[in-house]
Amino acid sequence: MDIHEYQAKQLLSKFGVNIPPGEVVYQTHEAENILSWLNEDKIVVKAQVHAGGRGKAGGVKICNNPEQVVQTVDEMIGMIIKTPQTSESGKTVRRVYLEKGYEIKKELYICITVDRETGGNTIIYSKKGGVNIEEVSEKNPNDIHNIKISAGSDLLTHHARTIVYNLGLTGQIAKKAQKNILALYKAFVSLDAAMIEINPFAVTASEEIVILDCKASFDDNALYRQRAVAEMKDENEYDPLELEAARHDLNYVKLDGNIGLMVNGAGLSMATMDIIKYYGGEAANFMDVAGAATPDRVAAAFKLIYKDPDVQGILINIFGGMMRCNDIATGLVNASEEVGLDKPLVVRLEGTNVDMGKEILKNSGFPIKPVDTMEQAAKDVVEMVKEKK
Amino acid sequence: MAVLLTPESKIICQGFTGAQGTFHSERAIEYNTNIVGGVTPEKGGTNHLNVPVFNTVAEAKKATNCNASGVFVPPPFAADAILEAVEAELDLVVCITDGIPTSDMQRVKREMKGSKTRLVGPNCPGVLTPGVGKIGIIPGHICKPGRIGVVSRSGTLSYESAVQTSELGQSTIIGIGGDPVNGTNFVDALELFLDDKDTDGIVLIGEIGGTAELEGADFIKSWNGKKKPVAAFVAGAAAPKGRKLGHAGAIVNSGAETADAKKEALKSAGVVVSDTITRIGDAMRKAMKI
Repeated sequence: MDIHEYQAKQLLSKFGVNIPPGEVVYQTHEAENILSWLNEDKIVVKAQVHAGGRGKAGGVKICNNPEQVVQTVDEMIGMIIKTPQTSESGKTVRRVYLEKGYEIKKELYICITVDRETGGNTIIYSKKGGVNIEEVSEKNPNDIHNIKISAGSDLLTHHARTIVYNLGLTGQIAKKAQKNILALYKAFVSLDAAMIEINPFAVTASEEIVILDCKASFDDNALYRQRAVAEMKDENEYDPLELEAARHDLNYVKLDGNIGLMVNGAGLSMATMDIIKYYGGEAANFMDVAGAATPDRVAAAFKLIYKDPDVQGILINIFGGMMRCNDIATGLVNASEEVGLDKPLVVRLEGTNVDMGKEILKNSGFPIKPVDTMEQAAKDVVEMVKEKK
Repeated sequence: MAVLLTPESKIICQGFTGAQGTFHSERAIEYNTNIVGGVTPEKGGTNHLNVPVFNTVAEAKKATNCNASGVFVPPPFAADAILEAVEAELDLVVCITDGIPTSDMQRVKREMKGSKTRLVGPNCPGVLTPGVGKIGIIPGHICKPGRIGVVSRSGTLSYESAVQTSELGQSTIIGIGGDPVNGTNFVDALELFLDDKDTDGIVLIGEIGGTAELEGADFIKSWNGKKKPVAAFVAGAAAPKGRKLGHAGAIVNSGAETADAKKEALKSAGVVVSDTITRIGDAMRKAMKI
């Protein structure tokens, strides 16, 4: 689960990480109240959306007087931000963060993430912060360093020392940086984070370390014991269909294509997206029915996909050893009656009572095409959607 | 002989009397798996599915001499259950549970350093040796005894692979699971199959996220003298970057984690790579030149 920058900063400051003073606003008039105590020469106004690259898209503005702050907040709330990381339609700004601006001497980069190779964690860091780190790693891979912390171990002082020296810091500022890095790591572990990225990790003109921007995501599987994090979920950041799917306990991710998919199993669902692409189509979603594909779950999942206005054809790919295909087919026909099915539907079922299941689909009176193989199913649905256009 | 599960294996189930543990243990017993007992705290001394229930793994081992366990314990308690089996020094622990916090698995990884126990999973379909037995949820009837080793991160794609290699049959099917931090990885499984005299060819099913497939490719590249044909599929070529698709570990964060990068690495190691899962059987036959 991702959270907003200001939320991440609130969490990190509790662990002793140095963050700029600031406050979030939802409406313009709230900005005036904040300016009464956030009395700084320079204030940065930042759109709070879950997407990188917002600076270039007009989501970060530096203001030099209170009037300018209020005006900028007013313009930013409700604006639509489009970056390479958002969908085509962009994201609406509903929250804006105001924080103290600084004179910056150095912009550094620090990221803590789970290291899948060792099963521990890794800290990636660079002197070249403040810019897109992926570009740095492509052009100058030698500017990116990392330190691996083995599974279940702590970040030790000598690790932090190594990092700050490699970042070119010495003296008092090195000590401050070290303290912040140790605090960041403690926060990462204590909060069950999956990734915390600080870019830039800044050295100010007055020789302070401050976290200027911050991205954090958390382990979904640990949210049950991280209430403070779980409560930070902003439902506006999710596609409405994804929220509905989550309520039905379905693994669903909205994608850009027009062929709706319903599959059992995450791997098979990905492989179904792949074969659709292989035959020249594009999936409208990833969908793992997860758990047992009972007739009720199948019907709920089917209705959800059908509701998506982008979907022009549907492929159902259920492969299970223990499922009774006649039950699944009945669930599908009932759901088709409810929605008044008029989109092409191709169904590949594998399991027990396959023939009974196919009979039920054939005799339903709906445009449902049962097929024997996944290959045929993919070819057919791509073809049918093309013809429909 | 096959890998991991042999006719000598004595298996227990942790979380035995729960709904999942019961259902899948029944299926395993139907498949003639040698299930010698189960563990559910507070239920020790009773019988379930005609075998004894114990309070702890240590008690189960003392009474039954079991050497392998299937873990069907809910996510908040699963890491502890794995470590209980490790402390009892079982040879094999297969954890089916999906949804274990990553930091719990990091702890398991640390505690398991130097231990003699092999962990498969978590978040996996388990291990099945056709004609011998199974730990986990792989449907027995889709597998046939034979000489192909299957190793897969995805459960359903291991089933597809089993069906497509029906004519050749399988020596053992190993589901290593879709979590970011897990036990047995591709390299471990490849090593087992390479050394197994009853395995002639290997099917490897990967997916986006992490670098386990790249490490597998490097390992295959390092084979000289003893070699076995390998066919592979990597799911997620159509996946967008930065979105997690079902499995906790199925997310592309960097270029090396894409399906294309992994397919290229496997190809350069001499693996026959299939573009679609529906042709993994053909790819295996091509790799074996049959």
